[in-house]
Amino acid sequence: MTLITKHSLLTRTGWTALAVAAALAGCSKKDEAPAAAAPASAPVAAAAASAAPLKVAFAYLGPAGDHGWTYAHDQARKAVEKEFGDKIVTSFVENVPESADAERVFRDMATQGNTLIFGTSFGYMEPMLKVAADFKDAKFEHATGFKQSNNLRSYDSRSYMTAYLAGIIAGKMSKTSIIGVVGSIPVPEVIRNIDAYTLGALSVNTKIKTKVVWVNSWFDPPKETEAAQSLINGGADVLLQNTDSTAVLQTAEKNKKWAFGWDSDMSKFAPTAHLASAIINWAPYYAKAIKETLDGSWKGNTATWWGVKEGANDIVSISDQVPQDVKDLVAKTKAGMADGSFSVFKGPLADNTGKEVLKKDEVADDKLLGGLNFYVKGVEGKVPGGK
Amino acid sequence: MEGLELLIAASLNAGTALAIAGIGLLINERAGIMNLGAEGMMLVAAVAGFATAVHTGNPWLAFVVGMLVGAALAACFGVLVIWLNTNQVATGLALSLFGGGFSAFIGIPYVQEKLGEQPQFHIPLLGDIPFLGPALFRQHPMVYIAMLLVAVLAWFLYRTRAGLVLRAVGESPESAHALGYPVRRIRLLAVVAGGAMCGLAGSYISVIYTPLWIEGMIAGKGWIALALTTFATWRPARVLLGAYLFGGVTMLQFYLQGRGVHVPSQFLSMLPYLSTVVVLVLISRNAAWIRANMPASLGKPFFPGS
Repeated sequence: MTLITKHSLLTRTGWTALAVAAALAGCSKKDEAPAAAAPASAPVAAAAASAAPLKVAFAYLGPAGDHGWTYAHDQARKAVEKEFGDKIVTSFVENVPESADAERVFRDMATQGNTLIFGTSFGYMEPMLKVAADFKDAKFEHATGFKQSNNLRSYDSRSYMTAYLAGIIAGKMSKTSIIGVVGSIPVPEVIRNIDAYTLGALSVNTKIKTKVVWVNSWFDPPKETEAAQSLINGGADVLLQNTDSTAVLQTAEKNKKWAFGWDSDMSKFAPTAHLASAIINWAPYYAKAIKETLDGSWKGNTATWWGVKEGANDIVSISDQVPQDVKDLVAKTKAGMADGSFSVFKGPLADNTGKEVLKKDEVADDKLLGGLNFYVKGVEGKVPGGK
Repeated sequence: MEGLELLIAASLNAGTALAIAGIGLLINERAGIMNLGAEGMMLVAAVAGFATAVHTGNPWLAFVVGMLVGAALAACFGVLVIWLNTNQVATGLALSLFGGGFSAFIGIPYVQEKLGEQPQFHIPLLGDIPFLGPALFRQHPMVYIAMLLVAVLAWFLYRTRAGLVLRAVGESPESAHALGYPVRRIRLLAVVAGGAMCGLAGSYISVIYTPLWIEGMIAGKGWIALALTTFATWRPARVLLGAYLFGGVTMLQFYLQGRGVHVPSQFLSMLPYLSTVVVLVLISRNAAWIRANMPASLGKPFFPGS
């Protein structure tokens, strides 16, 4: 069982003998999405394109209004649109499934004359690789992946940093010393966040236990609700989620517990339950990629991993319920992350079976972080599919 | 088992929407109409109900709007399959797909909306009983209304003349027609009633169960409700039990995970459909079972002239 095959949104449509219907639903949604208004321009026009605006396309996993992952990408798209004005034209396609259908979408984007194409989910990696090989002149940017080529490169944000900061707040606020995570899909990115959240909480409260419940979907509000409810029933009183909707936060609100916003500022969805939002700001990276494409310095075969330092990750809208000394500690840790003096994954570090992973003062490199597949001490249970 | 009462409470809550939609579809199927559009009707009703709740702050009004919307969509479906004799399976699928897209389209302004705080429900005295209180008596009133609806439907189907006529229309529309019953109108009524129930279930999900609107949020519950009617061999009480069972399975996977027992949730999420197939195989193997359970004219169009 590979991780990649799990990385599918099919569960959202419901497992059913009527899989045909599900497939059709996927297609029909895509067709509604705003297509780039590209007239089938003659090759001559394309050749004289120096004055024409750069066409930039985005493929989104969910709806742009999910208020989570996709929303953050779309906010960044709007930000660069503003920044570059008439030098660029952006378009996007929502609800692109992480399946063979994605290839068609990327092929279509390239055919329509988009020069810079962003794929914003892990599961687009293989389709993008294929399409990039066929459209040598287009430049492809893939979020959270690990494969590159001459005209495909990857980018990601270090959301584990803000998960750690959220953990500090959780550790201080929890009354039961049990905190919970609604996990989406057990890929390294998500496990890293669970570990960082736990490490952050443990740094201020050594009794902390983290319970994890997986919903095996990036986006399934009713399931997220059920998972959050079961964590609360199990005694957890501060929740974090790696899924894309506001359901966990709202479940916490209903049960008078606490939770965090994830990927974008979700404070208004749960005025009392919301402790802070760990946000991702993709705009700086998108601006960089567009600038490089415009001035011709864009190069493939690279991977960019930005964090707090580059302004890609931040923790915002910290609630007034959080005491000032905790806020100060969060600010201090954040400053340490920004100047490089603080590392989240630093030895001595053991996994939750007691096996040593990092020796004293050893700092995890990006290779370890990129393939992280163990729970740290303090997290209950074991990684699904892990050894 | 620690926390068992909370697991029971959560299962009842999770099963409620399934039970309401399931008995709606059961009314349809008892009258011989298979409406695969449940998912679509629930989605449109979910966004309509949510919008109503946002503007009025009244969840009960939201349920009424959800029912009306579900009924209206079902009426369109009914006219198509009953009078124009379009294929029930294809039309139902079309309704599901249409509902998915349409709800997403009209729901755009509501994606960022939220509902006000919900009151906690607690039945006096009964809610204070240890174990049983938190397990059974602290639910949203809709949980009890669903149980009541099932009881009413069972009484209607098996104890009233109208219920007998409804079943007759599903078993042998020709005979009912020969006796002078307006088969098509009865079928349309059943379809509309079923749509209203699906609408109620959809608005319950978006207004109470997961109080938000996000595209595709019904997430397959309509399909589970469809499977449920077969699983329950078209009996109301079994629909209710099946709904709690399926709801319980959903909750159990999270409950176990929270306790460090890892059952792949993919395995559990296929169980409702697997068990439905098993039931289908069981009843299909035995002619007497089929006669006793399955509406004989399910899915077959009726031409009064022939």
